[in-house]
Amino acid sequence: MKKKFFYFAAIFIYLVFISISFVIDFEPGKNIGLNFTEYAISLVKIVPCAFILVGLFEVWVKREVVEKNLGKESGIVGYFWAILLGGVTIGPMIVALPVAQALHKKGASMRVIFTYLGASATCRIPMTIFEATCVGIKFTIVRYAASIPLLIIFAAIYGRVLDNRNYSRLDNTAQEN
Amino acid sequence: MYLFIITGIALLISFIFNPKKTLQGLKKAWNKFKNMIIPLTIVLVLVSFALHFMTPEMIEKYLSKGNQVIGVILASILGSVTMMPGFIAFPLSGILKDNNVSYMIISAFTTTLMMVGVLTFPVEQNFLGTKVSIIRNTAGFIMALIVALITGLVFGEIL
Repeated sequence: MKKKFFYFAAIFIYLVFISISFVIDFEPGKNIGLNFTEYAISLVKIVPCAFILVGLFEVWVKREVVEKNLGKESGIVGYFWAILLGGVTIGPMIVALPVAQALHKKGASMRVIFTYLGASATCRIPMTIFEATCVGIKFTIVRYAASIPLLIIFAAIYGRVLDNRNYSRLDNTAQEN
Repeated sequence: MYLFIITGIALLISFIFNPKKTLQGLKKAWNKFKNMIIPLTIVLVLVSFALHFMTPEMIEKYLSKGNQVIGVILASILGSVTMMPGFIAFPLSGILKDNNVSYMIISAFTTTLMMVGVLTFPVEQNFLGTKVSIIRNTAGFIMALIVALITGLVFGEIL
């Protein structure tokens, strides 16, 4: 609750700051305000769809299917799906987070979740093509070749520890049902 | 645009098969979104400042000079605390390359940019919890350093 109050206070101060900036024509303040709206608009184009799709996923996909393919006993198959799923995820990390949460609720293991989040950050296919054209294909290949094994190693270590402790603090939206 | 069409079709099919389940799904979506609004606003506030103060020009200026070790450390810190969409980040990386910034430094910057999100922490915390978020970001940072090191080795920039 304390955190919520702090957040509200921060947002309020921010709004006051931006309003005053526009009134007294303070350039940096105006610029910051415009950045806010610009970024917010770019999110509005993706986020509602992503949440609706995650909601549909939650009601339609059977727990057993996720558990079998992405659960604790999924082995190498789990990593494979996690990387593939991460690669085709579009948009910023804000989209990957509810997906990760939904997968975990359906029984995906923490190591799969870590792999998925990492892959959605580093191995997104559309982004990769863009990167290769800007920086060079060799750079992209090296980055992939180094990132994917490391991602799996890190996810295996951290994920296994959390899985063994049956860690499930992934849902503070638990009250929703 | 495609995303809207896909979502629309998915909703329609879902609704034809089971209207009740579909409404349930929408309610879940709304609940998730509702819980995220305040942390997301905080993230937007932080990002709006970051976009103002950490412009591509400034990052270019900082990474275009100095030695390799300092460059990698600086790049990974900048990448962690900055937030920029891919269509700005990759052309920027291209410019860095043209300015003779090493691949190792570019790798440290892009990987932390993608893997570590200090500014997006409030939203991540909302979905994953504090502990998992901290673990994920720390692991991402270490991973980015190793990836940078490997990049440097492959391109013969170190040793």
